[in-house]
Amino acid sequence: MFMLNPNIIKDEELEILLTDVSSLYGYDFTQYSRASLKRRLNRICVIDKFTSFAELRYNLIHHPEYLQRFIEEITVNVTEMFRDPSFYKALREKVFPKLGTYPFIRIWLAGCATGEEAYSIAILLKEANLYNRSLIYATDINPGVLEKARKGIFPISQMKQYSENYILSGGAADFSQYYTANYDMVKFDTDLKEKMIFSTHNLVSDSSFNEFQLIICRNVLIYFEKELQNKVFKLFNDSLDNFGFLALGAKETIRFSNLENHYKQVVTEKIWKKIK
Amino acid sequence: MVKRTEIFLIGGSAGSLTVLLEVLPQLNDDISFPIIIILHRKSHPDSVLNALLSNYTDLEVCEVEDKMTLKSRCIYLVPPDYHLLFEDKHTVSLDSSEKLNYSRPSIDVTFQSAAEIFKESAAALLLSGANADGVDGLQYIKQNSGLVVVQEPGTAEVDYMPKQAISQVKTDHVLRPDQMAGFINRLCR
Repeated sequence: MFMLNPNIIKDEELEILLTDVSSLYGYDFTQYSRASLKRRLNRICVIDKFTSFAELRYNLIHHPEYLQRFIEEITVNVTEMFRDPSFYKALREKVFPKLGTYPFIRIWLAGCATGEEAYSIAILLKEANLYNRSLIYATDINPGVLEKARKGIFPISQMKQYSENYILSGGAADFSQYYTANYDMVKFDTDLKEKMIFSTHNLVSDSSFNEFQLIICRNVLIYFEKELQNKVFKLFNDSLDNFGFLALGAKETIRFSNLENHYKQVVTEKIWKKIK
Repeated sequence: MVKRTEIFLIGGSAGSLTVLLEVLPQLNDDISFPIIIILHRKSHPDSVLNALLSNYTDLEVCEVEDKMTLKSRCIYLVPPDYHLLFEDKHTVSLDSSEKLNYSRPSIDVTFQSAAEIFKESAAALLLSGANADGVDGLQYIKQNSGLVVVQEPGTAEVDYMPKQAISQVKTDHVLRPDQMAGFINRLCR
């Protein structure tokens, strides 16, 4: 078994594939960070047993049905519930009390992958008694992962970790009350997704679709080049209510972007408030 | 051909922190390349490791942020729960994709990425540890004519990682902890 990915796709071949995908299917990955893209492309070659660039390219061009899998594999969909518990604790303690002053709360979860974050946020909203007047818009570029997110079914093997994360995030209830176990999977309560709206959205090409009080986009921008990061910050800015909140991943920042002066970081966790 | 080192990578797992605490104080403060440290560690919000290592060196120590520009005379820690990749010789990206060898950060991932970008100007040192993460990465460093250095297994708290490296990769140097700082200092010339 390959532990590391071999170098099947060369740099210039990567560019050709990106051009193909853009011109044939309208998905623009040309401003994604190359280092990660290259790893993902070589990884998909190993998993789908392509031994050359030509083979992968042929499949991509002549089998449009392969596109969905291709995009799902070259983007990163690794996620977990209550990842970085201190982030969720900050949401509970610093952000939700402010959101509570709004009659109606709209939250955009951009790049929600298989939905673990969406269910985490729903649990938090319930415990803060805000759930009934909230809507969570969970979006992702991949329709396949959204399908999984809608189901709300996750491996039971993860629950010990998630339950620990939940407690560290300040959760006081019994975490297992939120799901029903069935063999090796658990299904989260359907009332948790009552206020979730799942939809595809491509941060590269799609525009703003609503105005939100909180936008959460964690560990998505790390896969984008600086220029695209700035473009997405602008999209978020256009989609955020005055005095709304923007939450990013632990190692992402709005600090070096053009919008820096319009935001104020509210906690050491990566949460900013729009101030003008 | 004389190799000029442009990046120095240090990977380690169980038992490698004590080695770093011995090596760091002896490093010159005019190191001519960035030093990247990839350690297997528990995620911790307060970056305790950063503060600890800062006390042991005059060089600047910082935890990597996404798309950061690397400087010489600086020691970079890969943050817990992310892999570190090189975009070019000066820019790094973070990546939260699947764990490799049950590890994120994975030493293999960063060593491989550095090998591709820096070729013969990459140098990598693998320390004490209980799994083989880093061994394949050293192989990539070697294949790209970089410099491969491994901790002398007899001095390692857990010798599995350095032993695997020595048995699988053509190692340039096998060093005791007390030799490491001098070795790194001399690479700067």
